[in-house]
Amino acid sequence: MALGRTYSVALVGLNGYMVEVEADIGQTLPAFVILGLPDASLNEAKERIRSAAKNSGIPLSRRKITANLIPASLPKRGSGFDLAVTMAVLRAANDIKPTGRTVFIAELGLDGRLRPVRGILPAVMAAVQAGFPEVVVAQANLAEASLVPGATVHGYRTLARLALDFGADPQELALDFEPDDADDAGDGPALPGPCPDMADVSGQGEARRALEVAAAGAHHLLLTGPPGAGKTMLAERLPGLLPDLGDHESMEVTAIHSLCGLPSSTVQLLRRPPFENPHHSATAAAIIGGGSGLPRPGAASRAHRGVLFLDEAPEYERRVLDALRQPLESGELVIHRSAGTAAYPARFQLVLAANPCPCGKASGKGLDCTCTPVMRRRYLARMSGPLLDRVDIQLQVERVSLADFGQAGDEEDTASVAHRVRDARARQAERLRCFGLETNAQVPGRILRGDLRLAPAATRILDQSLERGVLTARGYDRVLRLAWTLADLGRRDTPDTNDIGQALGLRQAAAAAA
Amino acid sequence: MKSKDLLGRRGEDLAVGYLEALGMLVVERNWRCPEGEIDIVALDGDALVIAEVKTRRTLDYGHPFEAVGPEKLARLHRLGAAWCRDRELRMPLRRVDVVAVVDDGGGEPVVEHLKGVG
Repeated sequence: MALGRTYSVALVGLNGYMVEVEADIGQTLPAFVILGLPDASLNEAKERIRSAAKNSGIPLSRRKITANLIPASLPKRGSGFDLAVTMAVLRAANDIKPTGRTVFIAELGLDGRLRPVRGILPAVMAAVQAGFPEVVVAQANLAEASLVPGATVHGYRTLARLALDFGADPQELALDFEPDDADDAGDGPALPGPCPDMADVSGQGEARRALEVAAAGAHHLLLTGPPGAGKTMLAERLPGLLPDLGDHESMEVTAIHSLCGLPSSTVQLLRRPPFENPHHSATAAAIIGGGSGLPRPGAASRAHRGVLFLDEAPEYERRVLDALRQPLESGELVIHRSAGTAAYPARFQLVLAANPCPCGKASGKGLDCTCTPVMRRRYLARMSGPLLDRVDIQLQVERVSLADFGQAGDEEDTASVAHRVRDARARQAERLRCFGLETNAQVPGRILRGDLRLAPAATRILDQSLERGVLTARGYDRVLRLAWTLADLGRRDTPDTNDIGQALGLRQAAAAAA
Repeated sequence: MKSKDLLGRRGEDLAVGYLEALGMLVVERNWRCPEGEIDIVALDGDALVIAEVKTRRTLDYGHPFEAVGPEKLARLHRLGAAWCRDRELRMPLRRVDVVAVVDDGGGEPVVEHLKGVG
């Protein structure tokens, strides 16, 4: 029977589904048909496969070839199916032995080389989960595919070599063809450079402290201040303070970057929290993900388990900012498009930076500011209330004074701050484990005012503020969360009056200025 | 006669021999009408076979089968009907076969045959 069967993986967002590829050779005039909702790039596979097979010394049958990708209802896209279809067709023509439960994921070049594809990591993860641990990929994807625990990955450079291992006739194969690896390697791994150091920041004691607290409790952060105060400088140093990613988190982050990056740019697990810094002209699709056909991840998902920094936040379109409210709540973005629905994780730490007014001079006494009071108010109001409500720390950053600027060089460096942050993270993780939480920023008000209730003496200032109407109920919870983080940083078991006072300060600094 | 025509002639002779060896009865060769030409008309039991012969020296320009496109097939079916009208015959079982001959001049020519295409 002229039928071949192989396996591959279709990616929908980050979820991979096993795809069974059947190939049949019919006794009729030559043709090549691919069934099972192929997109344009998958349909072009016919020509790639024909040429690659011919140039590898195993030309395809001169009959009608029908390749069927099952399940037929799942839309399939991209060039990653090239190899699975080829192997199924070769099997149908009895050129190779049965391939069993081996999964094939690679694109073919016309000369018969195997080329790397995007999203290998999530694809191999899905294959292993579905019980298909044997995977064949292009040599350039081998490092990335091997990151998946439990997978037995084989990397090949050419179709001829692969066919040889599956029992093709060595007399006919073009085995002396060895493509140069450099052609496929791209520009090498796009690993983030070292994070800038806290020691570069002169003065700014209050802002440094706020950054430390934000890192320790994973609190969202808003920095307002005049241009040149160092808001961007501070924000860029936040990822350096965050602890390394755990195994599971690291897998998630690497999978997203495998999907976005150049093929073969991923060679090792990303252990450091990512930092995304989109420009304020970005559209909603660029930030939250989208695009035609099946949606692709945006900046918010690329910042998963890391920092999403929106510089000049009021300059963003309002709907872009408001689109972030959903991932801030749920840690996930579900995007619907014509070709399907994709869910991408997006649990990031949000850092917003803003000038105090359009001209940027309304700080201190603001004598140089040329903006009218209405303009100033409108400017900051572009960041909607519901969004700012989710930002725990709202801090005003002033320009560095000459005194602070002069004595540069004796500032604390990133390593020592990061050490305290790690310690504080460990303390809160210990305390929150029984609630299934990890960081103070995640703790719901129910627990804050329930199991973690503080002594009335400690919360007296808060209670008074609430009574006077200075603080909303939601604001009350936020201050409590910050106070817990401050206590963790100070190695105290519960927050004291002082922690609550400081927390109130971090919360209200911007509110007072606006 | 040009060399390509000689090659085609030789291919058709080979195809006739091949079909006869299969037990078919060749009725007519190179039947022409304004719409085109049928290379071989044969009888395979009760069925009328309209056979198209494609001959090539090498596979460098593709397999002979690849030269038979959907348009050509449709024309062969129409020619089959035209032949029956011309001979005032009713042949309810009618099919189109394609015979490919690859003949590089030396060695044994390779003959392949597809039954009932399109």
